[in-house]
Amino acid sequence: MFEKRKVRRRLQRNSRQIKEHSQRITRKRLSNAQRNRHFDAVKSFSRRAFFISAFQGLLLTVLGARLAWLQVIQGEKYHTLSEKNRIDIKMLAPSRGNIVDRTGKKLAVNDDNYRVVIVPEQADNLEETLWALSKFVSLDEREIRKILRRASRQAKYLPLEIKDQLKWEEVAAIEVNLPDLPGVSVEVGDIRQYMYGEALAHVTGYVGVVNKAELEAGDKVLRLPGFRIGKDGLEKHYDLDMRGQSGRAQVEVNVVGREVRELSRVPPLIGKELTLSLDADLQMRTYERLSQEVSASAVVMDVHSGAIYSMGSFPSFDPNLFTRGLPQDVWEEWRTNPGHPLTNKVISGQYPPGSTFKMITALAGLQTGDINHTTQFSCSGRYDLGRDRFHCWKHSGHGTMNLVSSLAESCDTYYYKCSTEIGIDKIAEVARQFGLGQKTGIELPGERPGLVPDRDWKYGRFGNTWQPGETIVASIGQGYLLATPLQLAVMTSRMVNGGYAVEPWLTGVVGQEMRHLPRWQKMNFEDWHLNLVKKGMSEVMNGAHGTARAAQIPDPAMAFAGKTGTSQVKRITAAQRAENVAQADLPWKYRHHALFVGYAPYKNPRYACAVVVEHGASGSAAAAPLARDLLLMAQQIDPAAKPLVSVNDGLAHMRPARRRI
Amino acid sequence: MKRMSSLSASRDTIWLKLARLNWGLFLLICCVTAIGLMSLYSAAGGNVSPWAIRQFSRFLFSIAVMLFIALIDIKWWFRLSYLAFAGGVALLIIVEVMGHVGMGAQRWINLGFMKLQPSELVKIAVVMALARFYALKNIEEIRRLWMLIPPIAIILLPVSLVLLQPDLGTSLMIVMAGASVIFLAGVPLWIFITSGVLAVAAIPIAWQFMHSYQKQRVLTFLDPESDPLGAGYHITQSKIALGSGGIEGKGFLQGTQSHLNFLPEKQTDFIFTLWAEEWGLMGGLFLLCLLGAIFIYGLYVSLSCRHVYGRLLAMGLMVNFSLYVFINIGMVMGLMPVVGAPLPLVSYGGTSMLSAMIGFGLIMSCSIHRDSKMQSS
Repeated sequence: MFEKRKVRRRLQRNSRQIKEHSQRITRKRLSNAQRNRHFDAVKSFSRRAFFISAFQGLLLTVLGARLAWLQVIQGEKYHTLSEKNRIDIKMLAPSRGNIVDRTGKKLAVNDDNYRVVIVPEQADNLEETLWALSKFVSLDEREIRKILRRASRQAKYLPLEIKDQLKWEEVAAIEVNLPDLPGVSVEVGDIRQYMYGEALAHVTGYVGVVNKAELEAGDKVLRLPGFRIGKDGLEKHYDLDMRGQSGRAQVEVNVVGREVRELSRVPPLIGKELTLSLDADLQMRTYERLSQEVSASAVVMDVHSGAIYSMGSFPSFDPNLFTRGLPQDVWEEWRTNPGHPLTNKVISGQYPPGSTFKMITALAGLQTGDINHTTQFSCSGRYDLGRDRFHCWKHSGHGTMNLVSSLAESCDTYYYKCSTEIGIDKIAEVARQFGLGQKTGIELPGERPGLVPDRDWKYGRFGNTWQPGETIVASIGQGYLLATPLQLAVMTSRMVNGGYAVEPWLTGVVGQEMRHLPRWQKMNFEDWHLNLVKKGMSEVMNGAHGTARAAQIPDPAMAFAGKTGTSQVKRITAAQRAENVAQADLPWKYRHHALFVGYAPYKNPRYACAVVVEHGASGSAAAAPLARDLLLMAQQIDPAAKPLVSVNDGLAHMRPARRRI
Repeated sequence: MKRMSSLSASRDTIWLKLARLNWGLFLLICCVTAIGLMSLYSAAGGNVSPWAIRQFSRFLFSIAVMLFIALIDIKWWFRLSYLAFAGGVALLIIVEVMGHVGMGAQRWINLGFMKLQPSELVKIAVVMALARFYALKNIEEIRRLWMLIPPIAIILLPVSLVLLQPDLGTSLMIVMAGASVIFLAGVPLWIFITSGVLAVAAIPIAWQFMHSYQKQRVLTFLDPESDPLGAGYHITQSKIALGSGGIEGKGFLQGTQSHLNFLPEKQTDFIFTLWAEEWGLMGGLFLLCLLGAIFIYGLYVSLSCRHVYGRLLAMGLMVNFSLYVFINIGMVMGLMPVVGAPLPLVSYGGTSMLSAMIGFGLIMSCSIHRDSKMQSS
């Protein structure tokens, strides 16, 4: 029994082993099959990969054969074809739009620029031809070397500019001798000309050679030889408008790129013309008047429309030199001149407004109710706040002052006293409403925003709190306050036009597009407040004690009003105050700036002007007479009576573009 | 199996991987790019700006991208394949939508230093997705007819989006690159023969749906002389430029035809013309040989790969690259219609350079990690 069980168990074990063994064998066989299949797949892949590679090889061979067919078997035919005349597409440079004044007088135009070019391939001997050419145009050895070096760096069939701005005699001489000058030709292009030169330089700006960065960013037309783009002033601001659109011509050329005939042409479109609000006569006379000072700037604008009638900054520069070649020493002089000829001080010069700011303090006080037309303060020549002592410009004091007389006599103490009641934040708010502390948005590059300080600004800038003494300094336009002459003119306009937030502008028409004048927003100032300030400004000129009565216009129809300002460049020391040092004895650069804002006619305001004479020492002595002359000229010329005309009659775009000769 | 995993490259250091990089392929790429830079320098009249200098900076950037891709283990790219495909399709949809929403017919995304065309990147993504699909299938599965449905969907989804743009040339290139991967995977031959016959039969129907400018291009290709001032003008001028180059060429910077503005796209599509005009048959054949060597490298990498994914990927990407070469050079020599395809590495253009280098990066990754072990997910 036991034996039997034992045998059965063994048999069972054996059969299990056999089964397992057979299973193992099958598994092995299966994996063999798998491996074979895997091998098949790899072989199939390799076969197909080789097939694709062979196909690639075949296609490459076809390409190579085709290349050989074109270049060797048919090479002769195509070589002959390439020698024949063919069609080239050439870009035609557009003419730049003109700039004209409000009456249509031309301020910036394009002049013919004759230049002599040479195609090196057509010259039998480049150097010899250049030497031959030097008999007719001034060319020295250094210039010839330079041209030869340029020629070696570009393809021989491309024309090479030798010299531009040729005189008529030179053009004639070259044309007559062309048979002896193989490869030489004379071409005509545009050159910008500024008719009013220095007087308008800061407004028109100038054009110059396209630099590398601009070339990368701009379109293809910039690559044309001799193309110029606006670099400053209106030329820069309206560059894209004034540039125009390039045209194209299909020309038949021979193998060396020389034109045989023109097949078709899409003419270039001349750029848009700018019609300015300026009056050229007034501008010219403004500049002449400014040039009597060392360094000064002035602007005359319309108090109602915001049109700028003249804008001058002296010293200035000749924009024509930028297009016709600028000598190094002139450039050096411009760069180092303390009057900054390259800067338009009307928009980029920032000055403490001095007493011209007192109207703002007065209006702020009227609005808060801290002062009214009857409020009186007495001036003893100084004002003490804690340990600090603030002086009035008149050491002996003005006595009892009200609002109108404080403006007329420019009493500082009056404003010291009321500003402590008003507070800096209110003064700053009113100043900003009158356009100070922000860019006016005039269409010129380089405008600066000035500065109107308040508590937040000081904390943000210096990290400490506003001091009461700083309000006192600000109330008479000193301390941190900064304004540009244009901002001061805008401020004055807004005060005298009935309290409308007028904005200044220079361009009346761009191309066909007339400027749309908005209805300026009425500001929240009561008429009697503004009238009170205007009365004060009139007393400055016309009152018995006015600080600038010496500069008044006697003719009552043209009489004007205004406010003087003398702003410190350098702190007056106690010792100087004690010795009463005269401004004339100080070095020029330490003298006070002389400012004046004014408007005319007094009875019916039309023209506002702002004048800054840098280091002019005294607003009443230096700036007021200048402003008087400007406002007198403005009223005589009366540009406001001349409507802004557009000479752009709609046909300008049809004007034929210049062709090569 | 144990032996394979111990050989896996995944644990190798970066330096070992760099040592295993295909420096020969790298050198070939640099040579072809150098030819492109020289031609661009000449196209600008002997100036590095505006083209050569920018192309060079893009090349440096692309090399960085290529090395980055090459050094990452191929199994990561294997796992990311479907994601890359989804991303490519998403980009296509984005430009399609942006093109309709007030940005004009815009087919690119501006990255600041270059304009990216998603349709170029999608070609790579399609090859990746197809290789991923076939990587883990055995031959019985592959031979089943219904197994063709997913791959065809992978091809047709982006193709339909690109056709919407409409860009017929790119669509055809995606189809051809995709079909080559399916072919390599081992799908029965009769399927290809049948579809080839069907495709030829479908040409008259497709003709009805083509845009007029596309019809014009084909017609011009068939008879360039019919329109010497219009579309055929470029082919004729290109042939004149090539032919007048002769055996030795006109010399560096001395090409007359290419410089005279006869070819409006001399820096992009017609760059080969400029090269072959200035360097002649010698230069042209030299460039063709360099490109041929690159193709052979692709075959070599593909055959030496131990995993199906790498084999299919390397070969598929190389087919994609070669398609550009054949279409571009065939086009400028008048063997193909003008479809506006760049010559990768040589033509001026950021996307074609970047997408070619991404492709090479993947091929190099296949080569460095040829022994990697693949797993699903």
